[in-house]
Amino acid sequence: MKIGGLILVVILGSVLIYGSLEFPPWGDPVSPASSHLSPYYIETSVEDTSVPNLVTAVLADYRGYDTMFETIVIFTAGIGCIFLLRIFRKEETGTRLYRHIATGITLRIEKGGKFPETSAAFERIDSVWVPHDLIVKTTCRLIVPFIQIFGLYVIAHGHHSPGGGFQGGVILGAAMILYAVAFNLRSAIQRMGERLTVMLSTLGVFIYAGTGVLCMLLGFNYLDYSALASLLGVDPVTAHSHGILIVEIGVGIAVMAVMVTLYYNLASAGKHDEGL
Amino acid sequence: MDALFNILISRANYWVYIVLMMIGLYGIIAKKNLVKKIIGMNILQTAVILFYISIGAKKNATIPIIEHGHDTAHSAATATLYINPLPHVLMLTAIVVAVATLGVALTLVIKIHQQYHTLEENEILEKIREK
Repeated sequence: MKIGGLILVVILGSVLIYGSLEFPPWGDPVSPASSHLSPYYIETSVEDTSVPNLVTAVLADYRGYDTMFETIVIFTAGIGCIFLLRIFRKEETGTRLYRHIATGITLRIEKGGKFPETSAAFERIDSVWVPHDLIVKTTCRLIVPFIQIFGLYVIAHGHHSPGGGFQGGVILGAAMILYAVAFNLRSAIQRMGERLTVMLSTLGVFIYAGTGVLCMLLGFNYLDYSALASLLGVDPVTAHSHGILIVEIGVGIAVMAVMVTLYYNLASAGKHDEGL
Repeated sequence: MDALFNILISRANYWVYIVLMMIGLYGIIAKKNLVKKIIGMNILQTAVILFYISIGAKKNATIPIIEHGHDTAHSAATATLYINPLPHVLMLTAIVVAVATLGVALTLVIKIHQQYHTLEENEILEKIREK
């Protein structure tokens, strides 16, 4: 198996290297990839959409269908992860462990014992030895809001600088995952529940597809943002710019929610208990 | 000799991606551990992403963000001054899809580990044959 794989890989690699001799050299301005469609995008997209960042303009306007179904792929991955992994039945372990946060003393509540789940001085733990890291937790509590503001900036400023819905959504999701890693999965789920993440991922896809339907209702083609001009009170070119912002916000919400959903389910194998 | 050297220099980027891609493919074929196979798949995806990005490069051109995009006087941009935005768009979505496939792949790996208590391919096949 190993030898066969190696032979196959070497043969395929040498065929590809032989084929690469016909490729245009690095940085060739008249290479086939750069000489048909891309000059059109570079020369006319500011006139068409008034978005200086060409990647955003092509992503959300010229190739709007592609990006919409890309968002649906992300959404499907999140939903598939929930369906495959999530365990909804609550297993009663009998004894439960609680730790007093200030002193680190662990309480063991035997089966049948009552304990107020909402007490702020105690936190529930699963295994006996989980250290309470004050420095890590304080640092992450300070950093997370700034990461989230940066994520919002990346989404909102995608028209003028590198950024957009996908990147900003991943940054927002990473902030939530950092919170879950620094504290534990239970407190992250208390902040942003499973129901909320699924609703948000659906909302993101709905914003994107709904913008397209709205354009159709106003008598234009699907995802033709010129239709929004009368609603927003701007000229059709600026309406393209605003339409791109709306769908980017939808993409950002969906990507953020799906990243968090994937982390919740993968980290706890669908049980949503202590996690990593 | 000089011509050979020119070919070597001008296509070296493609060869790096081909080597990366072959490392990933070898990982998928030869490794028995499922997580290592997934890592191989990710290396292969990265190689394809780098390949596309390098197609978009142009000499003496800058990133595809039009300078002074909102001054109407400067709105007509010259195509040779900006690199090709299309590969960037395609790979932007491909990266996100790579994350989604990685998530689903890890989900399946967790389910397989719950079922067979191992991630080695040959041990899983043995356990399937025993049944």
